[in-house]
Amino acid sequence: MLATDDDLLKQAETWRREGRGVALATVVETWGSAPRPVGSHLVIDGEGTFMGSVSGGCVEGAVVTEALDVIESGTPKLLEFGIADETAWKVGLSCGGRISVYVEKVN
Amino acid sequence: MDLALLAQLNQERAARRAAVLVTDLQNHTQRLVLEAELARDPLSSLLSDALRMGKSGVVESEGHKVFLTVQAPVLRIIAVGAVHISQALVPMAKQLGHDVIIVDPREAFASPERFPDVTIHAEWPDIVLPRLGADRYTAYILLTHDPKIDDAALVFALKSDAFYIGALGSRKTHGKRVERLQALGFDEQAIKRIHAPIGLNIGAISPAEIALSILGEITSKLRLKPDGTKIGH
Repeated sequence: MLATDDDLLKQAETWRREGRGVALATVVETWGSAPRPVGSHLVIDGEGTFMGSVSGGCVEGAVVTEALDVIESGTPKLLEFGIADETAWKVGLSCGGRISVYVEKVN
Repeated sequence: MDLALLAQLNQERAARRAAVLVTDLQNHTQRLVLEAELARDPLSSLLSDALRMGKSGVVESEGHKVFLTVQAPVLRIIAVGAVHISQALVPMAKQLGHDVIIVDPREAFASPERFPDVTIHAEWPDIVLPRLGADRYTAYILLTHDPKIDDAALVFALKSDAFYIGALGSRKTHGKRVERLQALGFDEQAIKRIHAPIGLNIGAISPAEIALSILGEITSKLRLKPDGTKIGH
């Protein structure tokens, strides 16, 4: 049962100890009517398996793709999603908000 | 993030200690500040503000954007009364991410058959509650309908920093309860901390509905300021 974002941090630790590549994505800033609050997490493993959410479904696909990159390179990324970024990301938040997501590898 | 840092963060949470993970979003450095070390940290005042609000967020430090991952302990609901309402409440509270502990000296009620997957103490509240300790991340709900048991818990709860105290019973029952507490020396301000009748007024009838109204009230206590506006807005 993964009810809270804290449980997701435990999940990240468990996956890493199992030897999986793991990335942690965190909503660090929101503007307007963002679907998930600051501090929300998405945990991603090297196979693209993910738990949690950073937007309630709108941009998770894009975050997972970026996370696989971060697992590969080890370099963290700061991503921004919103209506204004639609051309860049081809995904957007239907609610019209804007979010910034920090993606880092668990070493 | 280093696995060791993540493990320490998880360990602090399991021990019910607050901690803040400080991530520099520009140069990607990270450190974990424990509650006990907070006062000595260079960002001390920013960190303690964030912790008080229980809110993660971006702050500016020496021209850098820094993200604070604020970790306050998991909320704990201590339910006195291994009754039907408690049975309905346990899975709902878990969905909300809260820990539940059941206390009831009546062994027939506080049985593992009735309460699988949850910590049960088949002991008197005045014995077990001091041992469980109380902090401001704890809620007490008193559900036995039996003054012998509920009052023993109330006496302890009212002296604690618990963020929520609720007691089951009609206004009439609560009136008698108030008289007993006054006789024990509790003043009006202390007694006003008790939410009674317990729960939001949603016309709840079934045990599950009453559990829902209690958890709704606990959530509102957590998320709303006394004037009814949302915390952090």
